[in-house]
Amino acid sequence: MLEIKDLEVSFGGITALKGISLSVAEGEIVTLIGANGAGKTTTLRTVSGLVKPRSGHILVDGKDITKLSAQARVKRGLVQVPEGRRVFPQMSVLENLELGAYLRKDAKAVAADLDDVFARFPRLADRRKQNAGTLSGGEQQMLAIGRALMGRPRILLLDEPSMGLAPLLVQEIFTIVSEINAAGTTVLLVEQNANMALQVANRGYVLETGKIVLAGTASELTSTDEVQRAYLGG
Amino acid sequence: MEQLAQQLVNGLALGSIYALIALGYTMVYGIIQLINFAHGDVYMVGAYVGYFCMVHLNLGFVESLVIAMAACTVLGVVIERVAYKPLRRSTRIAVLITAIGVSLLLEYTMMFFVGADTRTYGVLPPFMEQSFSLGGVLITMKQIVIIGVSVLLMLVLQYIVRYTKIGKAMRAVSQDADAARLMGISVDNTISFTFAIGSALAGAAGVLVGVYYNAINPLMGVLPGLKAFIAAVFGGIGLIPGALLGGYFIGASETLVAGYWSSLYTDAVVFAILILVLIFKPTGLLGKNVREKV
Repeated sequence: MLEIKDLEVSFGGITALKGISLSVAEGEIVTLIGANGAGKTTTLRTVSGLVKPRSGHILVDGKDITKLSAQARVKRGLVQVPEGRRVFPQMSVLENLELGAYLRKDAKAVAADLDDVFARFPRLADRRKQNAGTLSGGEQQMLAIGRALMGRPRILLLDEPSMGLAPLLVQEIFTIVSEINAAGTTVLLVEQNANMALQVANRGYVLETGKIVLAGTASELTSTDEVQRAYLGG
Repeated sequence: MEQLAQQLVNGLALGSIYALIALGYTMVYGIIQLINFAHGDVYMVGAYVGYFCMVHLNLGFVESLVIAMAACTVLGVVIERVAYKPLRRSTRIAVLITAIGVSLLLEYTMMFFVGADTRTYGVLPPFMEQSFSLGGVLITMKQIVIIGVSVLLMLVLQYIVRYTKIGKAMRAVSQDADAARLMGISVDNTISFTFAIGSALAGAAGVLVGVYYNAINPLMGVLPGLKAFIAAVFGGIGLIPGALLGGYFIGASETLVAGYWSSLYTDAVVFAILILVLIFKPTGLLGKNVREKV
């Protein structure tokens, strides 16, 4: 469904991605794990169209989208939950969610999706009039996910959803990610928390300084020595 | 007491004009962090379009106002597309200098076509020349028109920014442009729209001033532009309520200084206010301290 081929990205003189290739099939949760600065966020930002690659291709359903604008990619169902949540701090929870449905014209379905998001995240429903900047970190993460769901993603790109959250909340967020996936949304999950990521994912890739060094099913990766040592503290 | 009330009424009319111009400054700053120094000249062009409509085409006040606003909308969008958009990834100082260049270009292009002479709007519709006295305070119909039109436009703006889709997109882009892109918002179109609205308000201010003072010239935008900029800074640049507060505050200060002291000192007082604000509350009266993002 999503395919990345030989993607190279550089900023100024520094090469952030040195030709990575990966694929995500329909219905899967695929995780991209790696240390800080490995290029995980750059990969997602390139897939979303915020960063232009130097070379390589990104394909959705076999069609090349490398040259498309970020807006056109959202239209094709590629929706990102950015690193650090990036909710609009001075807008209400409700307005944030409405912006998630910015490109949609089907008002009735949007209203239904809004109800679904509030049902999934009751705490957001309680705070719908409150400014997003006043929410706790966990609530902001839920809002960021809810906002992405309002765009009816076919592929949800999640960037470090566990960052800065308490362990109990991390658990909750990953449960929600599994539920969203079970409801039919394909997920590409970028995480530093390899342990949690490999628990929910079907397959994974390990990224190290701009290159993919390992790939396999989640259980294969969990049992390799390298992953154990470098990312799982085993 | 009557003197005070009189100067406050005058200040309200003048402040409305500053507020209309300041709104454009503050919205553009809010969305691309640019002090658009050409904004005062868009206001000047608005005054000339209004003049042309009223004097040469014999159109009414309302029609002239609408045409001037429409013309300035187009001008604002063209300025943004031609001069600022290619510099989106340049340094802020490069864009700022470009803005000064656009300002000079507008001033002297206008001078080339219409000459440097001051022109008058001529005879206004009779209803605008009326005035009445309210407890010793003289209120002219022009002042009521200025305040009424300004308040109406501010309400329309408030509605657009708060409740419409494009208004929400404007706020989203000003708070986090990348996150807005991820929602599928076209940042370029949103920026153009912001210039369009800000320029329409400046165009309206130009016609209102033409009617109020009955004298326009190609350099008329320089000082009011600077003062409206000060008004925006005073209230907290990037904040719409701040621009309104600043506009009325500067307008009232000017008329009070002129009434109680001397009109020679109004400009000095306004710039002194800017210096004081920059020293004691650099983020403006309503602004919060936000650390520069690194």
